[in-house]
Amino acid sequence: MRFVDEYRDADTARALAARITALCEPGRAYKFMEVCGGHTHTIYKHGLEDYLPPEVTLVHGPGCPVCVIPMGRVDDAIHIAHQPGVIMTSFGDMMRVPGGDGSFLDAKARGADIRMVYSPLDALKIAKENPGKQVVFMAIGFETTAPSTAMTVLRAHAEGITNFSVFCNHVTIIPAIKAILDSPDLRLDAFIGPGHVSTVIGCRPYEFIARDYGKPLVVTGFEPLDILHSVLQILEQLAQGRSEVENQYARVVPWDGNPKALAAIDEVMELRPHFEWRGLGFISHSALKVGDRYARYDAEQIFEIPGGRVADPTSCQCGEVLKGVLKPWECKVFGTACTPETPIGTCMVSSEGACAAYYNFGRFTRERVKEATRR
Amino acid sequence: MTEPTRTSLEEQVLLRIERTRRSRPRVRDEHITLAHGAGGKATHSLIDAVFLDAFRNPLLEPLGDGAHIGETAFTTDSFVVTPLFFPGGDIGDLAVNGTVNDLAMCGARPRHLSAAFILEEGFPVAHLRRITASMAAAAQAAGVQIVTGDTKVVERGKADGCYIITSGVGTLDRPARLSAAAARPGDAVIVSGPIGEHGITIMLARGELDIEADLTSDTAPLADLAAGLLDACDDGQVRCLRDATRGGVATVLNEIAEASKVAIIVNEDIIPVRPDVRGACELLGIDPLYVACEGRMVAVVARECAETALAALHEHPLGRDAAIVGQVNDDPPGLVLLKTTFGGTRIVDLLVGDPLPRIC
Repeated sequence: MRFVDEYRDADTARALAARITALCEPGRAYKFMEVCGGHTHTIYKHGLEDYLPPEVTLVHGPGCPVCVIPMGRVDDAIHIAHQPGVIMTSFGDMMRVPGGDGSFLDAKARGADIRMVYSPLDALKIAKENPGKQVVFMAIGFETTAPSTAMTVLRAHAEGITNFSVFCNHVTIIPAIKAILDSPDLRLDAFIGPGHVSTVIGCRPYEFIARDYGKPLVVTGFEPLDILHSVLQILEQLAQGRSEVENQYARVVPWDGNPKALAAIDEVMELRPHFEWRGLGFISHSALKVGDRYARYDAEQIFEIPGGRVADPTSCQCGEVLKGVLKPWECKVFGTACTPETPIGTCMVSSEGACAAYYNFGRFTRERVKEATRR
Repeated sequence: MTEPTRTSLEEQVLLRIERTRRSRPRVRDEHITLAHGAGGKATHSLIDAVFLDAFRNPLLEPLGDGAHIGETAFTTDSFVVTPLFFPGGDIGDLAVNGTVNDLAMCGARPRHLSAAFILEEGFPVAHLRRITASMAAAAQAAGVQIVTGDTKVVERGKADGCYIITSGVGTLDRPARLSAAAARPGDAVIVSGPIGEHGITIMLARGELDIEADLTSDTAPLADLAAGLLDACDDGQVRCLRDATRGGVATVLNEIAEASKVAIIVNEDIIPVRPDVRGACELLGIDPLYVACEGRMVAVVARECAETALAALHEHPLGRDAAIVGQVNDDPPGLVLLKTTFGGTRIVDLLVGDPLPRIC
């Protein structure tokens, strides 16, 4: 398939892997965090870690948008969904995320009208087709998906649609990275920077990471060769004693981002003073809400929201996993009490969460898997 | 300091996890959710913890595509699909082919079917005629007769147009019994044709995705194809046949690996997938290995007859694109591993529920 296969070529991968291995200082342990869940997905889907030398460890970061939604927000959304005349809509990934009392799938089984959509515009379409109902879009995601939510609100406003609102859970990537950088037990050498988020925000917002914290960051695409190339670029920076922001994904990411998308976010949304992240706790200015000018599209203004806070289970060590302090298997409940069927913590929720990915794909030692496939 | 690749502590944790995974599944949910119908882990635990628990008997316990009762194979299947009519078929074709295929996967020659209809008040009779015409044509093509049936009508809103339940009996003419537990290290794994066409066709036919592709469902009767394969090999050389319906090829391979306590290693670049299906899967973030087929099967055959089996499949129009996609190993038992086109390896696990599109 054009535009896909050329980024998955095994010969090129082998050549890159050889350069990566050559650049590794013997005996040094490198830990790089891929911030975005999409990268985690690519790494596991293609078995990319087979190409990395044992010195390099990839740590799966907080960039999985469904994983970071706190349980209280899921409960709030389910509360809205149970109100009479409400159709709740959200992306497919959201359906299985557990709140304090079950997930969207469970709420649906109990009678709530919850529908999976592929875009907020689909939710708006449902609103137009059901004028007697209140259609709520459970908006999730980083700056990647926030513009489409904002554009949908603008479209609803322009078309005078009054039975559509947004339950806004958009989060922003920079404060999350900063929270990780500021944690005292940080053990990361560099970042594989998110690709899709950067198509919107560009590369400049990361400059403080390289400048103030001395950590290289390479904005990276989502094909496996992109990620290998990014690892190489990071190792080159480390070998040369540099820490800079580089753009490996320049075929898609402009250095200054997408001004139109940013303007749409600015027009419709405003920063919340603080927002809770599953596993990471409250982070200041890390999330967006629908701004006052568009309050009539804000589900939090239209519906009474319980706003209850459900503490992360104490046995769960997702925070440490997200910060790269613990590996998934080092968590007390990993694989026994906490599994993909019965997730306790954020990292086990979606297939790209660090723990779910490790559980699904990493349960057997790479040596054993390699041995099994060699014969 | 170099990080040790795996510590013995990690090995212990992994062993503990494997024990937990193999413990008897429990159904913790208070309500049935859609995940229970998706064919993955949730379905398996429901079957094991509710149905098998209530009905347990030696004929049911193998949990095959059908039961072997003496020289007879017996199976049943229910059909719910939206939309009822889609490119390449309709719920009528599915209802006949699905049950015919379950019998064929037992190694049986399908003979007689029953058909029960649950119809929603207000359902157009013209649609019903169209569905029954497809069923008649599919039955004729598969060489089976529909010999008994039932009709129920429920109030408007209590069903989605038309549901069909078919049961079938077939005759087991060959001495060897096929079983998901019969795969042995060294065996070859064959897929009979391009995968995922039915599932993607249905997703696109729902019209929610605004993706257009020239795809049709692969719904087809597999009895002839399966008989041709069985005839070409000696008795016992064909270990297992499974049609890759709900949950796709990945789910079937997992079931075989688990039942036979073997590892199955497959090669991503040999598994036949049409470019349109691959493209749609790429866009949606879905793995074609988990997408349903309605006219494709997975065969596990002894290594010495793998080429013969493949040649027999190639002779049949439904098996033209059949390929040997992998092999059975002894370790790690119960696991399906994929050698990726990119040159890596990964575990192909059962999904919990339906494959859900990813947002980013």
